[in-house]
Amino acid sequence: FPGLADVSIPQDIPVEGEITVPVGSHSPDEDYSTLDEPVKDTIMRDLKAVGKKFVHVMYPRKSSALLRDWDLWGPLVLCVSLALMLQGGSADSKDDGGPQFAEVFVIIWFGAVVITLNSKLLGGTISFFQSLCVLGYCVMPLTVAMLVCRLVLLAGAGTVSFIIRLIVVGAMFGWSTLASTAFLADSQPPNRKALVVYPIFLFYFVISWMILTFTPQ
Amino acid sequence: SGAPAAEWGGFEDNMQSGGSAVIDMENMDDTSGSSFEDMGEMHQRMKEEEEEEEAESEAGAGEEEDGEFLGMKGLRGQLGRQVADQMWQVGKRQASRAFSLYANIDILRPYFDVEPVQVRARLLESMIPVKMINFPQKIAGELYGPLMLVFTLVAILLHGMKTSDTIIREGTLMGTAIGTCFGYWLGVSSFMYFLAYLCNAQITMVQMLSLLGYGLFGHCITLFVTYNIHFHSLFYIFWLVVGGLSTLRMVAVLVSRTVGHTQRLILCGTLAALHMLFLLYLHFAYHKVVEGILDTLEGPNMLPFQRVARDIPVVSNAVLNTTAKTIALTL
Repeated sequence: FPGLADVSIPQDIPVEGEITVPVGSHSPDEDYSTLDEPVKDTIMRDLKAVGKKFVHVMYPRKSSALLRDWDLWGPLVLCVSLALMLQGGSADSKDDGGPQFAEVFVIIWFGAVVITLNSKLLGGTISFFQSLCVLGYCVMPLTVAMLVCRLVLLAGAGTVSFIIRLIVVGAMFGWSTLASTAFLADSQPPNRKALVVYPIFLFYFVISWMILTFTPQ
Repeated sequence: SGAPAAEWGGFEDNMQSGGSAVIDMENMDDTSGSSFEDMGEMHQRMKEEEEEEEAESEAGAGEEEDGEFLGMKGLRGQLGRQVADQMWQVGKRQASRAFSLYANIDILRPYFDVEPVQVRARLLESMIPVKMINFPQKIAGELYGPLMLVFTLVAILLHGMKTSDTIIREGTLMGTAIGTCFGYWLGVSSFMYFLAYLCNAQITMVQMLSLLGYGLFGHCITLFVTYNIHFHSLFYIFWLVVGGLSTLRMVAVLVSRTVGHTQRLILCGTLAALHMLFLLYLHFAYHKVVEGILDTLEGPNMLPFQRVARDIPVVSNAVLNTTAKTIALTL
């Protein structure tokens, strides 16, 4: 580049500056290395993130916080507690009682994986783990329904209790489906929303059905 | 002009070694004839060659530094390490190439490219037998509808098993339902595809999966209705009408794509038999109430079937008992 060969700085402008280049803004992790902080801080930070996501599920607004930092702690806790509560049959019954722990676990995770793959194949823009995160967190209303059902069944197992349980489970099922649709359907092309919503509906329907038909031994 | 010439020369070198327009045929995987995949392969190889060059230049620089003060022993260690490195690189490259080729979810993407209206139209069409069997009928090679129908069938089956108090001794309710439905869909599709291959029918595997999957729509309707309304004769009516319609549709489409009377007969007979028998099986194997009624056919002076419900809500128990008693009395 011969044209630039004779660039020179006029003598009357002082040339000054720093020799060392400032490294710029650190990411928070580099500033305080999270290895040195007390364990309580780490746990509290994660718990706060999980708690914030639970609040987002309770009031499903179109916010991106659930999607941005996904985590699978919440779904794990919900899945384990739901599976524990659904373990109805007594250990010494000779036939298959209610769904076993492993069955519920497998249904929830396998179902979530299938729905995620389906939404990706239909042209979704959401990533695999983000979708798993949303579907797992939206199981929360159904876990609450399971809790309520167990309490209602403690009082008795008659027709009235069945109707109460039906209403509660139905309402929570609708809530779960609406919450997860609010997060997931936005990532789809607009004319294919129904194709994505149907498997979600089926998934939560199967879980609701497992909750509704649960009776303790 | 010495400096610019060197710069331009360097640029040229880069161009030549970065990739050539000539495709090295012996390195080509003969997986498909589509040029899209060839382009992907070439692009991948170009990227990898660049990476290799970078890695080599780095390793070369490292070698020069280390070899200086490690001497002969260092040189042999360097050689060993380089060989191991190269083998690792080659292995990694092959594995990543295989992975990006086969585990790519994009292989399935064209089969899920549907609109909701199309799915609805196909669902309704699956119950309407076609009239024109001398002209090959079009089958959409789509997998979304069939997959959703199989899952719906699983859900309906679960409901039926639970309300009929089925006892599964080995395995779980969910496992049995999923295994039955998916096993039927995949297994019978493969078997029919094999038969179609023997009988020279013009149908691909995906089309077969799609055809059979949409045929399950009739099964879903029948089971959904008859698992909730427990009339014996109602099931037979639904079996003949709904099951028959969807079977006729599948059979007509297959016939339109096959030549020769014997072949047509074989294919259609097998498909019709398997399809109808599956519906029969689903109803009888997972519907204990009906089995109990069959018991009462053996002796007219036997008591009406008394079900000892284990954990069924009282509402449906009363309905079931009343139904069983009325039917036993009318027989």
